[in-house]
Amino acid sequence: MAHPSDRVYSKDHEWVIVDGGVATIGISHFAQDQLGEVVYIDLPAVGDELAAGDSFGEIESVKSVSELFAPVSGEIVEVNSALDDSPETVNSDPHGAGWMVKVPLSDAAELDALMSAEDYDAFITEG
Amino acid sequence: MSDALKHTPLHEEHLALGARMVPFAGWAMPVQYAGIIEEHHAVRNSAGIFDVSHMAEFRVFGFGALEFLQRMLTNDLLKITELGSAQYTLMLDEDGHLIDDLIVYHTGDLEYLIIANASNAETDFAWLKEHAPEDIELVDESERTALIAVQGPEALRIVGELAGPEWEAPSRFHIREAMLDSVPALVARTGYTGEDGVEIVCRASDAPLLWRALLSFGEVTPAGLGARDTLRLEVGYPLYGNDMDRTIDPISAGLGWVVPKDKTGYIGAERVAEIRAAGPQTKLAALLVPGAIPRPGMSVLHEGAVVGKVASGTFSPTLETGIATAYVPTSLAQVGTELSVEIRKKTVPATVVKTPFVSSTSLSA
Repeated sequence: MAHPSDRVYSKDHEWVIVDGGVATIGISHFAQDQLGEVVYIDLPAVGDELAAGDSFGEIESVKSVSELFAPVSGEIVEVNSALDDSPETVNSDPHGAGWMVKVPLSDAAELDALMSAEDYDAFITEG
Repeated sequence: MSDALKHTPLHEEHLALGARMVPFAGWAMPVQYAGIIEEHHAVRNSAGIFDVSHMAEFRVFGFGALEFLQRMLTNDLLKITELGSAQYTLMLDEDGHLIDDLIVYHTGDLEYLIIANASNAETDFAWLKEHAPEDIELVDESERTALIAVQGPEALRIVGELAGPEWEAPSRFHIREAMLDSVPALVARTGYTGEDGVEIVCRASDAPLLWRALLSFGEVTPAGLGARDTLRLEVGYPLYGNDMDRTIDPISAGLGWVVPKDKTGYIGAERVAEIRAAGPQTKLAALLVPGAIPRPGMSVLHEGAVVGKVASGTFSPTLETGIATAYVPTSLAQVGTELSVEIRKKTVPATVVKTPFVSSTSLSA
């Protein structure tokens, strides 16, 4: 499937969408498909600092565990706690209800390092 | 440089179903189709079919067959004197260590069929051949046979429909011939999921036909090795390679029930008697690990000290928690003992429990 063009993507398969200066972060459809049915998600807490490129949590399926890598930096202002009880939301709606954390964008230049949907689709095909 | 992976007769079927294929014991095998958890629930609630054609089938025939197998296997074949009956059994080396766990079926007069683990196919056959007397027939049927497991509360009804109204299903741990939609087959009422069901032996060339006939039932879901592992661990069935290997004896593995105390003369018997008398130093314990997934190799701790490592570990879709087995010192293998598992950087509490982890299945009813 073509990934939505309303956002940008990292090489680690996270997406970022910015609204009113706040970046929402989640994982792509490709990522959730690779993982399989998600059973546990380990997310940071409100107030934790994200540093672009660093690991900020873990997502686990029956057969695999993946680290989550921060695509942008900032202080977490909101965490999707609904994922605690329903981690499978990441599979069913990775670009919507499966969002993970929100951080106010501290450095807009960090978005330049991320890929457009078109480039991301090409990236995952080549990989 | 590794050789190319072997393909089962159902390889193209798996690709057509969009299966995710992985290497296992030198074979390309489907780990999942729709998803491990979905397939797991389908087996517990309805019926799943598994391609287990990678497993080994050996046929033993002759006047010396019973004596030969009594020497090679721990369980007493006099318990399966009845034609068509079968038993779970173990093959040990002279040190009393496990070569494999397998099922032996008394398929005919003077004849037995052994179904063994794919990972031990070559070792098992070489070991049997090495010890076989001249006058018995020992044939490796694996290449020309396929094996399809149908497991779940609907399994027997579905197979019964394919076999026709005249056919009577064998009882648990029995095997019987059937004509399944024009495919001649041996239907064994055995399985590795904890559900009622069968394992069907047929000609390799007939496998795709039989597979598609089974899939034509709406209640049937194709299930892969991923679900096979979550299903078997939920009911406490061991996996050779994880829970047993050539360094493990059956007593430590909790398989003493497959090694009758009063049977002698089988390879490994003396060592088993010694271990029984002394008591095993370590035992395979079952661990409940809430909120995290324990995986093979992870350290198991007691009061901060490493006492063992996870042998089998996974997520239980039925219980929605982590489950595992681990060899720990016998004193710590008591039900209720509090241990912990090191899961990446976290120390997660774990409790020793009785198996099966899941006890209400179509088999236990």
